[in-house]
Amino acid sequence: MTSMETRTIAVLRRPRSRSRSILSSIWFALGFPFFLLVLWGVWATISPQKFFPSPITIFQAFIKTWIGPAFVDDVLPSLLRLAVGIVLSIVVGIVAGTVIGLVRWLRDLLEPVLEFFRAVPPPVLVPILMLIFGPGDATRVIVIVAGAVWPVLLNTIEGVRSTDSVMTETARSYALTRWERLRFLVLPAASPRIMTGVRQSLSVALILMVISEMFNNSSGLGYRITYFQTNYLIPEMWSGILLLGLVGVLLATIFGIVERRVLAWYHGIKEVERA
Amino acid sequence: MTTASAPVPRLRSRRQTHGLRKLLLGIVGIAGFLLTWELIPLAKIVSPEYLPPASTVLGVLVTEFMDLEFWRNVGRTMTTWGVGLLIATVAATAIGTIVGLVPALRRFTHTTVEFLRPIPSVALIPLAILMFGFQMPAALLIVVYASFWQVFVQVLYGVADVDTVARDTARSFGLTRAERFRNLVLPTALPYIMTGVRLGAAVALILTVTAELLIAVPGIGRIIVFARSAGDVPTVYAYVVVAGLLGLIVNLVFRLVERRVLSWHQSVRGEDPA
Amino acid sequence: MRDTLLEVENLKKVYESSTGDVEAIGDISFTMKRGELVCIVGPSGCGKTTLLKCISGLLTPTAGRVELDGVAVKSPPPNMALVFQEYGRSLYPWLTVRGNVELPLKHKVKSKEERQKLVEDALLAVGLDHAAGSYPWQLSGGMQQRVAIARAVAYQPEVLIMDEPFAAVDAQTRADLEDLVRSLHRERGMSLLFVTHDIDESVYLGERVIVLSKSPTWVQEDLAIDLPDERDQITTRAMPRFTELRTHVYEQIQRAKRGEAVRPGA
Repeated sequence: MTSMETRTIAVLRRPRSRSRSILSSIWFALGFPFFLLVLWGVWATISPQKFFPSPITIFQAFIKTWIGPAFVDDVLPSLLRLAVGIVLSIVVGIVAGTVIGLVRWLRDLLEPVLEFFRAVPPPVLVPILMLIFGPGDATRVIVIVAGAVWPVLLNTIEGVRSTDSVMTETARSYALTRWERLRFLVLPAASPRIMTGVRQSLSVALILMVISEMFNNSSGLGYRITYFQTNYLIPEMWSGILLLGLVGVLLATIFGIVERRVLAWYHGIKEVERA
Repeated sequence: MTTASAPVPRLRSRRQTHGLRKLLLGIVGIAGFLLTWELIPLAKIVSPEYLPPASTVLGVLVTEFMDLEFWRNVGRTMTTWGVGLLIATVAATAIGTIVGLVPALRRFTHTTVEFLRPIPSVALIPLAILMFGFQMPAALLIVVYASFWQVFVQVLYGVADVDTVARDTARSFGLTRAERFRNLVLPTALPYIMTGVRLGAAVALILTVTAELLIAVPGIGRIIVFARSAGDVPTVYAYVVVAGLLGLIVNLVFRLVERRVLSWHQSVRGEDPA
Repeated sequence: MRDTLLEVENLKKVYESSTGDVEAIGDISFTMKRGELVCIVGPSGCGKTTLLKCISGLLTPTAGRVELDGVAVKSPPPNMALVFQEYGRSLYPWLTVRGNVELPLKHKVKSKEERQKLVEDALLAVGLDHAAGSYPWQLSGGMQQRVAIARAVAYQPEVLIMDEPFAAVDAQTRADLEDLVRSLHRERGMSLLFVTHDIDESVYLGERVIVLSKSPTWVQEDLAIDLPDERDQITTRAMPRFTELRTHVYEQIQRAKRGEAVRPGA
């Protein structure tokens, strides 16, 4: 293959120095965003728009608003609720998904109902849940779980039931116990699928965290952003959006790290296949 | 262990029996769910004020079905959904193809995409309200922003997934850029685009209803808001059911379309949604 | 200690399908003594895999009896190990080589040190002691199949069943693996039931070759291979007796394909 070809052809290339490759990574990573920001800044200076303040203004508002008591009062509780909601969703989703996925009649019984619930837009459940469970922190966590559990649950069911038949026969031929099969075969085999579900679950959880706070007069990141908007505090509103974006990026990064660890074997296989 | 002396012809094969069983169990499941829903408020586990029994809600649903205004609202929701999805798909396919085909562009925009993508569309609602007021274009902004990423990411995957052997074959036969695009890139990317549109359609519907909920744009979501402020709880539930049914139908239709269009493709690739 | 290890009597398996029932195995009977290396060959589609699955307890036969060491086989017995053809799908990619070989031992051998010893011993026997920490997908096809064999060997079965294990492996590797199987058989006295479609392989490896008819399958011939115990790829395959035997088996298979052979008795 290609590696063999380069061995037979004399390659006269100086290995790139480390500093050059780091610089090039930075250039690629930050070049375009920086360019966009400059463009925005210039446009904002030339023709100031009411709703699009210059990046510098937004940045200043960001520092003013979020570095301080607001962080502890609003952001931290929101993030805490988000974290609890995500963890609950993942645990419930995987446990329930495994049970349902493995018991065929249960799956057949529940599948239509689950499909329906999955199709209901999660934000629509918010008024209902707030009705049943009242206002308060617990409700907001329930709202997050009510939406974020579905991707994990459904992907776990799908992953658990589609275990490779040869692998299952191998396990049976060596008389592995049920627990051994679950721990060493079914769950690892389903893990790529489950991780896909977790990734989707993260985005849903973030959306629901924001929405659950927009509804009631209380506290939290979503509430703050709405407050700024209703009071025409434009740069502050933008800074809130920016913060939300950062939270989203943070979640995605954490997920990426965890996923690379858990699915190291899976990525390994894909690389070998691609070669 | 049964000892069969000669092969016995079966009235119904195993597979048909299982399919029937699955259908029956599914119906039992739905029935069981409705029954539980009926019993919980009746048994006062949750107050019927907050959780009306299934029969009440279904009654409201039937009444609504016969009301022309209901269908007008469905139409409004579906219009917002359809327009938003269309704009998102066209934009995402166009931009995605260009970015996907030029590796330099891909690397340049990578961080920007990865930063913008996780931003929840609902975070832009305050901005949308400021720009467009409490009107349909505001909802459209939210819908387009969310669906765009779904399709865009899939288009990127699809354009990048061209089989290297096929590409080398095309080049060795001297196909022009345009020919290669039409005969190689497009067919490879098509399954991905279809998956992206399907995912985008689901997201678009969710966000349409959400936007109607939060911005009070005309449509199903707004009825929920009105019903809630009027304290008409059964109607709230009825419209939640409607939203779910719409989601189911949209998903079903797109899966069917996908299977039809891609019947020549041996595998349906891309990320399968929950 | 009984001399007969495996007894298969009047084995029959019928599959139900939407188009009617398919009789995969009609009537198979044979026995296998302790320490024997028996090869099974037959025309394509004659139900060799079905036969192995019935013998190993993965499938319930429609009729007939399978007994391993005097005990009826109803589910995979602990003194039997199976090596599949699809090594790529039989080894678990999330476990290392060592992890894969150790997995079946976890409920059989309680002590961790004993397990480690068995694993290392098995890997050494197949020549993979240096690859214990690698993942299966990092290894070549032949090496992966060795891992599968090591896993079976570490399990310390009384009988090792192999279902066309070298069909998906290139010719040179196949020769090495064949010799590995023979050495395992001779050094460890393992009883081996080896299914293959490769006629030369069956004669080279086996002490007995069982030829199956075409569907509905029965035992067409049970041939004793009187080649010397010490075999190697070059000399044994050049022997005139080898050629005689393989020609005979080949002819039998051809007759089986044409459905010419007459079933004795019923």
